[in-house]
Amino acid sequence: MPDPRTLASVWAAKGTAYASRALRRGGGTAASGLVGLWLQPGLIADLAAQLGEGCVVITGTNGKTTTSLLVSNAAREAGLDVLANGSGSNLMRGVASTLALAAGSDGKLIGPQRRIGVFEMDEAAMTLALPELRPRAVVFTNLFRDQLDRYGEVDAVASRWRDALARAPKGLHLVLNADDPSVALLGEGWEHVTYFGVEGKALGHDAPDHASDALTCICGARFEYAVAFYGHVGHWRCPACKRKRPKPHVTARRVSLRDGRSASFELGVGEEKATIQLGLGGLYNVYNALAAVAATTALDLPLAATERALGSATAAFGRQEAFEVDGRRVELFLGKNPAGLNQVLSTLLLDPSRKTALFVLNDGIADGRDVSWIWDADFEVAAGKLDRVFTSGTRAAEMALRLKYAEWTERTMEVDPDIERALNRAIALTPEGTCLTIVPTYTAMLTVRELLAKRAGKQEFWRL
Amino acid sequence: MTNGETGKRANEQTGKRAEGPSNKPRLRLGHLYPDLMNIYGDRGNILTLQRRCRLRGIDLEVVALEVGDALAPEGFDMLFMGGAQDNEQRLVAEDLQATKGALADAVQDGVVFLGVCGGYQLSGRFYRGLDGTELRGAGVFDLFTLHPGPKAKRLIGNLSARWEGGTLAGFENHGGRTYLGPGAEPLAKVLRGHGNDGESGFEGARYKNAFGCYLHGPLLPKNPAFADHLIGLALLRKYGDATLAPLDDALELMSHAEALKAP
Repeated sequence: MPDPRTLASVWAAKGTAYASRALRRGGGTAASGLVGLWLQPGLIADLAAQLGEGCVVITGTNGKTTTSLLVSNAAREAGLDVLANGSGSNLMRGVASTLALAAGSDGKLIGPQRRIGVFEMDEAAMTLALPELRPRAVVFTNLFRDQLDRYGEVDAVASRWRDALARAPKGLHLVLNADDPSVALLGEGWEHVTYFGVEGKALGHDAPDHASDALTCICGARFEYAVAFYGHVGHWRCPACKRKRPKPHVTARRVSLRDGRSASFELGVGEEKATIQLGLGGLYNVYNALAAVAATTALDLPLAATERALGSATAAFGRQEAFEVDGRRVELFLGKNPAGLNQVLSTLLLDPSRKTALFVLNDGIADGRDVSWIWDADFEVAAGKLDRVFTSGTRAAEMALRLKYAEWTERTMEVDPDIERALNRAIALTPEGTCLTIVPTYTAMLTVRELLAKRAGKQEFWRL
Repeated sequence: MTNGETGKRANEQTGKRAEGPSNKPRLRLGHLYPDLMNIYGDRGNILTLQRRCRLRGIDLEVVALEVGDALAPEGFDMLFMGGAQDNEQRLVAEDLQATKGALADAVQDGVVFLGVCGGYQLSGRFYRGLDGTELRGAGVFDLFTLHPGPKAKRLIGNLSARWEGGTLAGFENHGGRTYLGPGAEPLAKVLRGHGNDGESGFEGARYKNAFGCYLHGPLLPKNPAFADHLIGLALLRKYGDATLAPLDDALELMSHAEALKAP
């Protein structure tokens, strides 16, 4: 017999989701999860315990969604049924809703034997999720400043992570980015750790760039870098206490970023090697691929299945998605914090034929009310590289002002806070047969994506 | 544009016009701790001063002053210090005592100073942090800051305030509450948001040509009148003349208006 509270909670969550969709209020994930957790606070723990293959939690500032998608695809390639919280519902209520909607009318998870949970968790919610989900592995992608008005300062996030891990069972497997010191140092004293990282120096710089948030070691000294790839991600060491980048088990060598729409690299997993053709662009996606390989290694999934998943990878929701609109290729690159935006900018510049761009800056709660972060992104690198630039969103003028102070002097520079009008104008002024690049914040991405879906015929997200 | 006292002092101090090789006015800006104190887009404040000087033919040299770099008492016309995380604030507080003792003297001399958020807190007398430990400040302003403890709400949100030159618009995010002593004047009256301590109705502080505030976002790009006020004060002190050619500020003023009505 299932817990009667879980049974009632599952029914209520399902009812709420059904009603929400019927009323066209969106996917209803948040509301149904809230209702479910209100009736049964143990809902997540009860249902997650039924997952026959357990679950993995993926957290960090950037790359959570893409890494989760790659891990999910790899698990499917390995013949497992995947239960994942998509659509950016990475708070407790999102996970609760995902689990409740996967349960039957008896309040038990349907077909649990071959099921694995792949849960993307918000950096803050992760600490609440660990004791409920009791995952087999936790992946930490990276840690950068992000929405400081919501999450607090980077040091505060890192210390919450350390507290959560201190309470976690020692058998938990950590999957850590060796190249990000604030993530890698979480592995100190831990028994089961799989590190991933990029080898070689070809793609790096001598020193960390402006969007770096882990310049000093736990001991207080400044890190030194043999190479820095982006932000504070690179080959670091502390000259004072001798802490240094751990040698990663999962590696990428000979990385080629091509035109920023795909990448190739030589994957190493211990002694094994494989050449990976990744269907995603940019160095940050190479890191996401490595995180996924390290996660599936920690979960004992066959490497061949993961390789197939990487080869056929397509963009996650709003991240490097492409749409065909009126003979133009419209590409969507989510950009929501300085480090992520810097990676987007350097990826865009890999193809010099990208000449038209629309930046959409919103200050909704999910974007962070504070837009000061755009001043920490290095827009300067793209000054003079484009022909036509448009800005939109609730803070369209601030966005344009940032570009002005980065000395962008494009022939066309238009500001219109109305996203639909700005999008239509940008598409109209993009020469046919060329590409329009759109860089929105999170809530702006939802709006842009819906508008594009209307024009290009892609489905609304909760039905995908 | 400025108060009489600083104007007089400026003329006494400098006397003659010292110009660059091309007869361009020259200003030197010391950027305190650009690596450690840069958390809320503080770089934008520097970019703004650089651009607005460049467009007026003013040669603005920006010098980074990191931990361990001694602050020469007569080396600078302007000084800027941004915000930091708690860990970094500790490092900075130690270094302020060790190598930047000349900061308060420079301000006494009429050097233009702007401290934002953590840079504002650390330019007061002391900052008592979340855990009760006290960090000594640079003593530029007669003020102190107390963190009321882990249960107290951080003061977060859009902030607008009225100063003598109009409105200031930005964002605040601070746990500490700042209390002014008799030697510091408030910079502005809060129109919306919390300001210094969430209760007094005032935001920021000023003393001579020194300004401190919680407004970030960053402050100067979308508050061009305030940016020009700082440049003008530095010019007045050095050359006895604060005249600045007007610039096309349409986008700046649009951003200002946008920030004033942000939720």
